[in-house]
Amino acid sequence: MDLPTLWFVLLAVLWTGYLVLEGFDFGVGMLFPVLGGRAFAADAQDAEKRRRVLLNTIGPVWDGNEVWVITAGGATFAAFPHWYATMFSGFYLPLLLILVALILRNLGIDYRHKRPEQAWKGRWDKAIFWGSLAPAFLWGVALTNVVRGVPIDARKEFTGNLFTLLGPVGLLGGLVFVALFLTHGAIFVALKTDGPVRADARRVAALTGTVALALAGALLLVLGLGQGKPASWATSAVAALAFAAALLANARGREGWAFTGTAVTIASSVATYFLLLYPNVMPSTISPAYNLTIDNAASTSYTLTVMSIVAAVFTPVVVLYQGWTYWVFRKRLTAQHIPEDVHLQAAAR
Amino acid sequence: MDATDLARWQFAITTVYHFLFVPVTIGLSFVVAVFHSAWVRTANPDWLRLAKFFGKLFTINFALGLVTGLVQEFQFGMNWSDYSRFVGDIFGAPLAIEALLAFFLESTFLGLWIFGWGRIPQRLHAATMWIVHVGTLLSAYFILAANSFMQHPVGYRFNPATGRAELTDFWAVLTNKVQLVTFPHIAFSAYMVGGAVVMGVALHLMRREARRRSEPEATDRDAAGSDVSLYRRATRLGAALTLVAGLGVAATGDIQGKIMTEVQPMKMAAAEALYETSPAGVGAPFSVLTIGSLDGQRATPLIEVPRLLSFLATGSFTGEVRGITDLKAEYAARYGASGNPLTADRETAYVPNIPTTYWTFRLMIGAGVAAAAIAAAVLWLTRKGRAPTARWLLYAAVAAPLLPVFGNSFGWIFTEVGRQPWLVFGLMTTATGVSPSVSVGEVITSMVVYTLLYGALAVVEVKLFLTYVRRGAEPFEAPKEPSDLDEDAPLVFAY
Repeated sequence: MDLPTLWFVLLAVLWTGYLVLEGFDFGVGMLFPVLGGRAFAADAQDAEKRRRVLLNTIGPVWDGNEVWVITAGGATFAAFPHWYATMFSGFYLPLLLILVALILRNLGIDYRHKRPEQAWKGRWDKAIFWGSLAPAFLWGVALTNVVRGVPIDARKEFTGNLFTLLGPVGLLGGLVFVALFLTHGAIFVALKTDGPVRADARRVAALTGTVALALAGALLLVLGLGQGKPASWATSAVAALAFAAALLANARGREGWAFTGTAVTIASSVATYFLLLYPNVMPSTISPAYNLTIDNAASTSYTLTVMSIVAAVFTPVVVLYQGWTYWVFRKRLTAQHIPEDVHLQAAAR
Repeated sequence: MDATDLARWQFAITTVYHFLFVPVTIGLSFVVAVFHSAWVRTANPDWLRLAKFFGKLFTINFALGLVTGLVQEFQFGMNWSDYSRFVGDIFGAPLAIEALLAFFLESTFLGLWIFGWGRIPQRLHAATMWIVHVGTLLSAYFILAANSFMQHPVGYRFNPATGRAELTDFWAVLTNKVQLVTFPHIAFSAYMVGGAVVMGVALHLMRREARRRSEPEATDRDAAGSDVSLYRRATRLGAALTLVAGLGVAATGDIQGKIMTEVQPMKMAAAEALYETSPAGVGAPFSVLTIGSLDGQRATPLIEVPRLLSFLATGSFTGEVRGITDLKAEYAARYGASGNPLTADRETAYVPNIPTTYWTFRLMIGAGVAAAAIAAAVLWLTRKGRAPTARWLLYAAVAAPLLPVFGNSFGWIFTEVGRQPWLVFGLMTTATGVSPSVSVGEVITSMVVYTLLYGALAVVEVKLFLTYVRRGAEPFEAPKEPSDLDEDAPLVFAY
């Protein structure tokens, strides 16, 4: 495998890491008003307890999960500078929205519990919900547009605008990401909690899962019919089967298997996207001659070699210690594990 | 204002804002790690109370540093795509490695530290904060290596076929001589900030507790349970760290000045607004304060230290310091025909904004000296068990953390403005680095959004920070080892 291809594969790995991990964080955030809202909670007090249970399932790990996208961005910059430059300047407004959403969501997660007032919490709850929904949707729109191609001219510049990206397939891509992450997140909650929240999460997963299956099936079909190749059909099939298996496992209360299923679904969907792209990294709809490819967008082989050595040494280390934190915080949570609200008055002596 | 100016303003606003939180993160992670380890070694409850108290302040600050850092990572591609294309081969690598080596460490182990109470053994728990601290230093190292390349490009070649700079020696980029002195300068200044935050916060609380104890209605119980000694200890530690780190900042800054004179003589000339070269054997003075405009004609220095500029720039009191006029002519001759298409439309003047460089250079030094002076005064006033309560100490407590934080801002504004009109010194001008496909409207949108959002978040953050300062250290509670934990009991810490 030549170096640009290796880095193309490594970027697929980084995006997989990001979407599998932050995917359930987004799902949990979007489920805040559902599993922690009127639909399931007995009263306001119960809703608050449930929200805190939800938030604590991702509490120790969400921040590390998000680093995968920073690494993916940095790696794109280092390995394919033209891809990074064209995509980030071209998708200016969607990326701005993603950043604002992530800023508000992250602060929501960090700051929500730091004051006991309901008004304070309510504001951050909104930030957590919208800050999870918007990036899930917009990453779907953006990445689907990358695969489908966008107007790129001879100078490697994006010539479209926001509405270029909001075509029907792009929007479908956004919806698929939302539905998929909702299901993935609900199954994660079922896996990490016990009691009523666990049962409710499974019910939600069954519902959103059916919608996600239909939407994702349609999207993979549209993309495949447009530019499919045998390998991408194979990974699409794996994605579909794994998702069906996940829903089945969820119905039988086997949350571990269900979560494995949705994780495999996301991984093979990313694989499908990258296989559809290859050997392009950002095809042009103006002319195939303007396509950004793994060769004309890549860094020099010296840079790629340096990066390969660093990645080969440190990625396994990262996976090991991140995996270990999941082991440390493996215990299922229930409402009784949630401590009292914080007291803000000066500590009594 | 055109798209370039807007993009520059946006970068300045978002980066200066981001760097308000970064030194606090580096400095406080160190202090919290020290407190936590001291508890593990001595079992003195004070250390644990301090570790937890400053740990809370640390997490409030860390959250904003992290989210504003996201913007930085994306901004190169969003607003500076031609720059990204030109240097991606070199600049991208340290950025990617920063994420892989540093951000994962910081985020993962901070999660472990925050939620680890009662879940991981005490020794390991203290170690997680040390790992966070190492992560912050690694992060600083790699991003400064990238910045040092912009100040003094090394380890690359210019490829005329692609019109891009290409990496030829990564080790040279990591050991750039600008980098080797900038990293310790920034690290020391971050420790200075960390020390000053601890000093300021603890000084305020010490004063509050001491006044409470001396009130007429104070009971014996108040006096016995008073936290004066707890906060006095933290005050003195913070002051000592501020002072020691301040010496480190001064020493590294001195070396930096000499390297800067060598690789970017225009920046040193701009720091003093020195127009005419001061020949060897004479000794250029350093003006502390000047009135009038700094255009080389109507400036009137009010306070001037003879020969100091020569010493700062060359290490000799009579060394030659080249002036702006000479350097401008030399640059015009050298870069007039660079052969690099991306610098073809370079500005003809190679002079940065002199009032900005002149004043930020002085404000940087002044802020650092003032913070160190406060630290020295506080150490003196709290000697031998003294816990002073004078009212002016309250102002000192507020000023102490702000001075080095803004000193950092001034330093960065100086060094970045002083590099202008270059984006990468000698290779690419700032005007040629912006994104051609991004419209003025888009940059205005993002600038307005960031400015409003960052402004609002500053208010939220500062209020929350002060709320937790007022709350003070929590009473001691012996932490549980994971083995004694009841599976169904509430978590020690939860969101």
